[in-house]
Amino acid sequence: MATREARSAAVRQAFPDENLVRELPGGDQQTFVVDRKVLWDFAKHLKEHPDLNFDLLLDICGVDWWGKREPRFDAVYHLYSLRHGHRLRIKVPVAEEDPVVPSVYGLWKAADWFEREAYDMFGIRFSGHPNLRRILTHDSFQGHPLRKDYDPGQRWLLREEEQYVPQWAKIPQEDEDHFETQVLNLGPAHPATHGTLRTVVRLDGEVITEAETEIGYLHRCFEKMSERHTWNQVIPYTDRLNYCSSMINGVGYALTVENMLGIEAPPRAQVVRVILSELSRIMDHIVDIGANLTDLGAMTPFLYLYQAREEIYSLLEACSGGRLTVSYVRIGGLAEDVPPDFADAVRYLLRRIPPLVDDMERLITENRIFRERTEGIGKISAEEAINWGWTGPCLRACGVAYDVRKAHPYLGYDGYDFKVPIAHTGDTYARYLVRVEEMRQSLRIVEQALANLPDGPIIVENHHVALPPKARVYTEMESLIYHFKLIMEGMKVPAGEYYGYVEGANGELGFYAISDGGGKPYRLKVRPPCFAIFQAYPHMLKGHLVADSVAILGSLNIIAGELDR
Amino acid sequence: MRTPDGSSAFLTTKLEKLLDKARANSLWPYPFGTACCGIEFMSVMMGHYDLSRFGAEVVRFSPRQSDLLIVAGTITDKLAPVLVRIYEQMAEPKYVISMGACACTGGFYRAYHVVQGIDEFIPVDVYVPGCPPTPEALFAGVLKLQEMIERGETHYQRMVAAQRAAAGA
Repeated sequence: MATREARSAAVRQAFPDENLVRELPGGDQQTFVVDRKVLWDFAKHLKEHPDLNFDLLLDICGVDWWGKREPRFDAVYHLYSLRHGHRLRIKVPVAEEDPVVPSVYGLWKAADWFEREAYDMFGIRFSGHPNLRRILTHDSFQGHPLRKDYDPGQRWLLREEEQYVPQWAKIPQEDEDHFETQVLNLGPAHPATHGTLRTVVRLDGEVITEAETEIGYLHRCFEKMSERHTWNQVIPYTDRLNYCSSMINGVGYALTVENMLGIEAPPRAQVVRVILSELSRIMDHIVDIGANLTDLGAMTPFLYLYQAREEIYSLLEACSGGRLTVSYVRIGGLAEDVPPDFADAVRYLLRRIPPLVDDMERLITENRIFRERTEGIGKISAEEAINWGWTGPCLRACGVAYDVRKAHPYLGYDGYDFKVPIAHTGDTYARYLVRVEEMRQSLRIVEQALANLPDGPIIVENHHVALPPKARVYTEMESLIYHFKLIMEGMKVPAGEYYGYVEGANGELGFYAISDGGGKPYRLKVRPPCFAIFQAYPHMLKGHLVADSVAILGSLNIIAGELDR
Repeated sequence: MRTPDGSSAFLTTKLEKLLDKARANSLWPYPFGTACCGIEFMSVMMGHYDLSRFGAEVVRFSPRQSDLLIVAGTITDKLAPVLVRIYEQMAEPKYVISMGACACTGGFYRAYHVVQGIDEFIPVDVYVPGCPPTPEALFAGVLKLQEMIERGETHYQRMVAAQRAAAGA
């Protein structure tokens, strides 16, 4: 693995001019400030140089430094090299008067939707982008909501006739036999699109010849809201990102902020976080597999699997009081200790879940109808998947064994014995197989974690971060002051930036947080794994039957809360 | 109607009342599930909780075949025209349950892209609070709606009654 110095040298050699490419000292990961004039060449160099080899574009986002700095905006790119396992950040300063940056879509297709999002949210234009239009908000929206001078409550109504229709869908077209092709609108209110995803397809008979996906139907302004709340108050919002596995989001966010603060949760809290995260991962895979099968017409397996989900809900409810949106994590630990029968409850789950998964497998894995409907459907090669920025089970189904828990262990994942399942065909069936095996591996992790569940505190003793116990707040002046300051002002996170990442149920879930030293995040960007996955979807559809679009969509596990935030 | 001792008895009621009783106990929900509440709605339909025990099991994904719209999840400004269209497509009589804080009031998303309660756009009969509501809470909501239908208190029934009163006057 090339060191940071070697990477600096490889960059310096090609870009010696400090005015164009400047490396920032220190930081959580290597960061270069790049002039937009050389951005394309710089990005190309990063992708193609053998010592750098940044093949995965994780995220692009904007940052607004309104009134704090000139030029006003930054376009921030997060890159990852699957071969070397190292990370890099590029910042491109952008002036308000001329907010144009060259698009990197030609290098990484993953830039497609991320650039559109940065355009939508900040008004940064990416020259050379094939389809630069709003993505999360609607066409009647005025202004760019994540700019600091945009009033968070300012809404714009969308009338029915103003809804987006792709240009190509308005033009009638005939096939070679002079039959008119049909334009079909799948969603957003379609049983297989889970409420909030819309795909417009052109059909020649039953074959899809053209497709375009529209998202943003569940854009709930997570990032704007997080800028208005204290660091701890953001946790309930993170629960509602990927609401099928809300615990993992909270853990990822808390780890990010803990790293910025330079603290670590106590061992007991870490192990409980692992146990509940892995159970949440199982819950997420259950919903994905179950919904996918239901969409394909197999209702029964979902009924078996959902029972496992209900059992896990009971455990989460006993710990946190909430079934689905748990808000159990706090920065520095957990909200409260687990109930006394926690170990028994988890052991019960370890006995209860495998037979339910077995039942489902007996019905489905070798089922001829299921295999014929999924094998070879929605196939994608590893190169393509990386190009689109895929991570998680969908990437592993293409044969790339990238799992954050193995590659960059957090919460002591390196101490657990588990395997990263992969498949090689990259089709819908492979994604199903990977998820089933991941459920079993997660159970193994839970078993090991439970065996080593230490006693002790569940949150740090640092009262600049964690609330003092209520009994002391009522009896001691000092604790009362701490309590008051934390509730009214929020904890003070040192100024700086940090990109934290965990293995979410869909892939690498990243939180890019910027603090200005105050009690609230200055900017919090989520790197949603299914956002990157879903942008490949319309491209995967071409040539498939319209019925297959449902099978593919289900296997990608698109969770709208995380997709649109 | 036969009584246990074998004699016959009569039950007199208005046709409208009888229909309301029937409608209340055979609701066909259309789940407009968009977010977290949609997942909890799944729990309500699955074997563990099983809404069919209360006569509302036939989930239909076509608005034309359903009479109860359950809005489960946040509605954004981008989605609002779709919701209105779905509501308009439903055959009458029709009822609406707003499930969860977001559908009722916008919840804690007081922001630039979120509808602050679906009653900005469509009439709502029962509001079910919670973020998301527990399955028991949704049951309570459905039972409440059944009660309201039997008493003629839903928005649709009141509208029809008002129209009749106006026509009679």
